[in-house]
Amino acid sequence: MTDALTRLLSERDWLLTDGATGTALFNMGLQSGDAPELWNVDKPENITKLYQGAVDAGSDIFLTNTFGGNASRLKLHDAQSRVHELNKAAAEIGREVADKAGRTVIVAGSVGPTGDIMEPTGTLSFSDAVEMFHEQAEGLKAGGVDVLWIETISAPEEYRAAAEGARLAGMAWAGTMSFDTAGRTMMGVTSSQMANLVEKIDNPPVAYGANCGVGSSDLLRTVLGFSAQATGRPIIAKGNAGIPKYHDGHIHYDGTPELMADYACMARDAGATIIGGCCGTTPVHLRAMREALETRPRGERPTLEFIAEKLGGFSSPSDGTDDKGPTRDRSSSRRRRT
Amino acid sequence: MSDQEGDLILADLNDSELVEQMMDDLYDGLKDEIAEAVTILLDRGWVPYDILTKSLVLGMQIVGDDFRDGILFVPEVLRSAQAMKGGMAILKPLLVETGAPKMGKMVIGTVKGDIHDIGKNLVAMMMEGAGFEIIDLGINNPAEDYINTAINEGCDIIGMSALLTTTMPYMKVVIDQLTEMGKRGDYIVLVGGAPLNEEFGKAIGADAYCDDAAIAVETAKSMIARRHNQV
Repeated sequence: MTDALTRLLSERDWLLTDGATGTALFNMGLQSGDAPELWNVDKPENITKLYQGAVDAGSDIFLTNTFGGNASRLKLHDAQSRVHELNKAAAEIGREVADKAGRTVIVAGSVGPTGDIMEPTGTLSFSDAVEMFHEQAEGLKAGGVDVLWIETISAPEEYRAAAEGARLAGMAWAGTMSFDTAGRTMMGVTSSQMANLVEKIDNPPVAYGANCGVGSSDLLRTVLGFSAQATGRPIIAKGNAGIPKYHDGHIHYDGTPELMADYACMARDAGATIIGGCCGTTPVHLRAMREALETRPRGERPTLEFIAEKLGGFSSPSDGTDDKGPTRDRSSSRRRRT
Repeated sequence: MSDQEGDLILADLNDSELVEQMMDDLYDGLKDEIAEAVTILLDRGWVPYDILTKSLVLGMQIVGDDFRDGILFVPEVLRSAQAMKGGMAILKPLLVETGAPKMGKMVIGTVKGDIHDIGKNLVAMMMEGAGFEIIDLGINNPAEDYINTAINEGCDIIGMSALLTTTMPYMKVVIDQLTEMGKRGDYIVLVGGAPLNEEFGKAIGADAYCDDAAIAVETAKSMIARRHNQV
């Protein structure tokens, strides 16, 4: 049986996902430092409101409030024994909201990184990572999500571990990485490397792509890097609404709804099929994005110059896919190879 | 080890060749080779402080520059830092014994509510690589922890890290508390983290915002130097 996301993708040529979770919850009074996942049980009415905001703004997909819902993250709030419960609760609320929408809305179970660095560079073993992802996946599945949505990953090993967790739970999944360091992920993965990595996974994702990162310009450059690989797999673009700014003790993102509407259409022109926002993206932004995607015609594949002109410049001259990035020539001829 | 061809005997190199090789080995994250080279230099009568400043610190500077410039990424930098640690394990007790001059002491941690410590760990490692003494408070630190540690340990620098837009305002709480205690002037306050920027650093009254670990090291060095000049 195909999953609901694959079915919806076969009917439509673009889908709108949701926007920010953290931004919305903090506006509802979540305190800095508290685990948002605890609200799935303690304040379910706020989580309903969060999901409803995305659905009412026209999202076809929304993510559950479970980004930090793995044992490694919850341990920091002494809630590592509640992985199944908190994920299931978030999914159940999502199911209820989606089923009442009167149209097909996909409930995607958000799965964020463990926050640990994996072996051999770090200490987290592949099998431990798989176990954590699997545990979370089972909770989301029990609560009725349509697919798993792995996001903000930076290491290839962790992406694979999360994929394996999804396989063990028998769930279809989508998975994005965050490209925030000179156009690559923190661990140095380029967009083209990710596109190829995805195809080597035994249970490949329904869709793959980028979320969060720096600004919308960088995110679109990353999408161009994905689509240049032409793997045919649907591409996800979930960029932040601009850059965070600090005013009088509060943070707000400087991306306007108009800018995000332009970004959404350009993401589609760049080859993305599943388009949404990340940090700072509110239902107001989503509405503008939906309207733009529905009413504006498709355009040419945007050039980097066009993106920079419309949305602002890039955070780095190269993203590592053009062989124009900086390199180091070492003079020592005795250099060993590791 | 997979170095069949070009297998090289460190002890056969003269001092300047060996130092150059150490920089390459740091770059490549070869911990055992770094430890061996440090031992060789000690046997040749090098002063521990010279080994630190004239080989390891210079090598880590290259790593830091290439991290800043997007040539190296986190995995490579972590491997280099681990190699550096291999050398420091030998040097540290000797530096204390010989009363070597100190670069400075820094207390570092992620702020209250923030549990994302990869960036903070990188800064701590690069700072150690540059010869600073680091007291790492780990994650989720209230203002008192930073301030008490800074006072009790005689730190020069307070380093705060936050990854979330929701936790970054807490940095101001720490700085305000320092100011209330009349101790703001005693410390260099450096802040960093993905969502921050220079404007934010200024707005909360930090001495500097550091865009990445390499810049943190450069900033710390120049601010410490300026402080010494004032005294």
